[in-house]
Amino acid sequence: MTDVRADSFDAMPAEERERIRVEEENRRLAQERKKIARDGPKLRGAKLEARLEATWRRPPGIIGWLATVDHKEIGRRYIITALLFLALGGVLALAMRLQLARPDSALIGAERYNQIFTMHGSTMMFLFAVPVMEGVGVYIIPLMLGTRSTAFPRLNAFSYFMYLFGGLLLWVAFVLNIGPDVGWFAYTPLSGPQFSPGKRADIWAQMITFTEVSALAAAVVLVCTILKARAPGMTLARMPLFAWAMLVQAVMIIFAMPAIALCSSMLISDRLIGTNFYNAAEHGDALLWQHLFWFFGHPEVYIIFIPATGFVSMITETFCRRPVFAHAVVVLALISTGILAFGLWVHHMFATGLPRVGYSFYTAASMSVSIPTGLQIFCWLATMWDGRPRFQVPMLYVVGFIITFVIGGLTGVMVAAVPLDLQLHDTYFVVAHFHYVLIGGAVFPLLGVLTYWYPKITGRMMSETLGKITFWLTFIGFHMTFFPMHWSGLLGMPRRVYTYPAGLGLEVPNLISSIGAFVLATAVLLFVLNGLFSLYRGAIATPNPWGASTLEWATSSPPPVYNFAHIPVVESDTPLWDVEGELPVVTGLRVDEKETLLTTVVAATPDVREPIPAASLWPFISAIAVGIVFIASIFSPWALAVGVIPCAIALTAWFWPKELKRHPEPVIS
Amino acid sequence: MTWRTISIAPILPLLVGACSYQHYQSDFGNGAVEDTQFLTLFWIFIAVCAVMYLLVIGFLFASIARRGRAEANVVEVGRHHWSHPLMRSTLMGWGALIGVGLTGLAIASFFTDRSMAKAATGEKLSVTLTGNQWWWDIVYNSADASKTVRTANELHLPVGMPTRIILHSSDVIHSFWVPSLAGKQDLIPGRENDITIVPRKIGIYRGQCAEYCGAQHAHMALVVVVDSYPDFLKWWQHQLQPAPMPTNPMAMAGYKYVTSGPCGACHHIGGTPASGLVAPDLTHLASRKSLAAGTLPMSEGNLYGWVEDAQSLKPGVKMPTLAMEPKQLHAVVAYLETLK
Repeated sequence: MTDVRADSFDAMPAEERERIRVEEENRRLAQERKKIARDGPKLRGAKLEARLEATWRRPPGIIGWLATVDHKEIGRRYIITALLFLALGGVLALAMRLQLARPDSALIGAERYNQIFTMHGSTMMFLFAVPVMEGVGVYIIPLMLGTRSTAFPRLNAFSYFMYLFGGLLLWVAFVLNIGPDVGWFAYTPLSGPQFSPGKRADIWAQMITFTEVSALAAAVVLVCTILKARAPGMTLARMPLFAWAMLVQAVMIIFAMPAIALCSSMLISDRLIGTNFYNAAEHGDALLWQHLFWFFGHPEVYIIFIPATGFVSMITETFCRRPVFAHAVVVLALISTGILAFGLWVHHMFATGLPRVGYSFYTAASMSVSIPTGLQIFCWLATMWDGRPRFQVPMLYVVGFIITFVIGGLTGVMVAAVPLDLQLHDTYFVVAHFHYVLIGGAVFPLLGVLTYWYPKITGRMMSETLGKITFWLTFIGFHMTFFPMHWSGLLGMPRRVYTYPAGLGLEVPNLISSIGAFVLATAVLLFVLNGLFSLYRGAIATPNPWGASTLEWATSSPPPVYNFAHIPVVESDTPLWDVEGELPVVTGLRVDEKETLLTTVVAATPDVREPIPAASLWPFISAIAVGIVFIASIFSPWALAVGVIPCAIALTAWFWPKELKRHPEPVIS
Repeated sequence: MTWRTISIAPILPLLVGACSYQHYQSDFGNGAVEDTQFLTLFWIFIAVCAVMYLLVIGFLFASIARRGRAEANVVEVGRHHWSHPLMRSTLMGWGALIGVGLTGLAIASFFTDRSMAKAATGEKLSVTLTGNQWWWDIVYNSADASKTVRTANELHLPVGMPTRIILHSSDVIHSFWVPSLAGKQDLIPGRENDITIVPRKIGIYRGQCAEYCGAQHAHMALVVVVDSYPDFLKWWQHQLQPAPMPTNPMAMAGYKYVTSGPCGACHHIGGTPASGLVAPDLTHLASRKSLAAGTLPMSEGNLYGWVEDAQSLKPGVKMPTLAMEPKQLHAVVAYLETLK
């Protein structure tokens, strides 16, 4: 209708004129769209990579470092920071083992010791175990799913800075001798205003707030990435088990963290403004804390363990040359573990005098968790049976995991029984149990998977010989440290004591544990040295050095900043084993703007092209603003009122809409 | 072979450890009906868990040994989805086995719990135990108020008699735990818990607070003396007596200092003006086996040390370090030693 004459155009009804105007506009935009550079047959190879590199590269310098939203950089920072906290927590563990090596030792005093075990538990749970799993997920998940970025990359950056600031708050306070001394569980009323004057307990509670915000942010990022950013064809049924594990874990975080947010906020308000949520003398309830804390605290251990099962599945699959046996059973096991985990918090409270018959329900619920876990273990073993396992370092950790974790699982069945738990609760037997579960069940697979993904992250292989020595030292050191703790617990040694008297038979097991702790520490040190050494001297890694089947191995090692030059298309659950030569790809994504492809939730059919936000300093500035509010509110409730202003400014700038200039194609804003 | 040895080796010290100590403070003490029931259930669990563990480890090593090691990273193209035809039914069998095992254990646990509750009925004696940072206040309840006994940190129980111990806390959460006798039970401010114990062996046992309760949690122990019933009655009768008036001048000087000085503000001594209620009752202090809630054995030397400088022996304890003249110190210790 372009030849419509002006006078007749003016004579047309208003709707008709509008329709013509829109059509003309569309035609013009279609012309412009054709000019946009996209990957495809005409733009591929080195030329495409150069264009993508230029588009996706972050700004240079320190500003760029702070502003980056690249999931690989953020994931790497997460992992390195978490490993530093592991080292710090480990040094504290060594200090405790030195003190406990002999009875009636005067090496470390009561108050210092209490701070040390509080710091050890808080660091390991909140600053190492959960963040390191998040970090590995943030790094690997987009690669494994065949996409270019996580969802909400700025939120991802914000999450890391919140985690870092929370960790710094705790450790700076400890170094300044105002660190917490109320235990990582901070039971009221011991942590309340009456029995913990000063700021120690507040610092603990605010560190929790930082990690809550950070973990929730990372969980939202991961859930959205996993559900919406999978490569076309990667249906839920074909999704790798590690992605399933991270999905279940992230959903668990979303349900568990509000409980601790609530109970730590109530503690802070008891301490800061004199509410009496936990004060029995004013109709509060000391046990309310325990219910809320363990409603978070029990799922927390599965939040740590479930990603580790994902590691085990990936390593087993690769080194047995078999997809994990009964994929669907493993997925259902993960989901049911995630659900059951919320129904057993009371087994931490069997000695608190709740109604006795009601306890049986929690015994049954606690024991039933071992059904899905037992089935998963069978599936891994069946995979080994069917396949032909190769015992390179990551696989050794899987074998060590099974030998160790199953002991922890079985002692877990024991402490689920009320009559047994009443004796074993809060003794070294329980200390042994949860270190078997958390080190055996999560740290062994983590060390395995760091070895496994090291070449992907750094482009070099870790030393195999040093790796094997490290594995054996870890395995022996671990059992030497923690097995005797079953024994000392049964001989009547309670937890959280800074010393114990001679003559109760506790000398030998404690000495063995202490020696073992140093063996284990040597092993961790060797692991770190191997990691550093291999960074410069390791063999150069090919894109797929282990011959694995999942998509993260389809790109170079280390991956380019845009992850994949073309988004791959998946046609089976083990794409790299089933396709000869190059993977099929989708094309048509813009290369002049950061863009990735979203797919549908279940079937993973292409859905929309999604623009990815540019690097921005605002997540960092927002984290600083929120951090200042959190820290200042330890000292004055007014901090919340005043601090809202800088937070609002920073968040407004972060979310400021992009300029709505005329765009050649529809934009999701 | 070596792996097999490693997996079994750690169990040995446990078995040795379980058999070779005095069990003064140990789950293997078997000093009361509750602990006997615990031990029976414990060994049932250990047996079932050991069988399950051996099955897993057996499967693991069989899988490792079955086909030898692969030389290279080669996928058996076209075969990598293959799995043994029996594997699916074995998986179901394994699931069923876990289910059956757990059901059995849950039932055993439930019935042990019920039978513990049953054994604990028919209380013959009632004691109120109050947890404090970091000591135990003990009151033997009696319908006749003149028969009520208050003491601290040393619990006497008659053998064979169900004793109900009512648990309170005056500050933070503590946990009452005498491993040789029974499992633990928390003392929670604002709540009342209780535990009934039926001791079955005469002897001396040690208990310890099992819930982290602040700086000196490690030094909050409790001596439990299980006596024959006549001995127990004799002890009760003795506890009812007020403290004797000292006879020698040194002890007399101590008496004056203790009852008119700072000590009496916190401590109670029966039959004297010292009537504080916030610290352990001292009426029969010297007859007890330990000092400062199990921190030190009772002895003249330890009394000197404790009275002179409690803070250095149990840092953080509520007992202040009093700047005493040597003469006063001698007198106070001489008096305390008369509190048999």
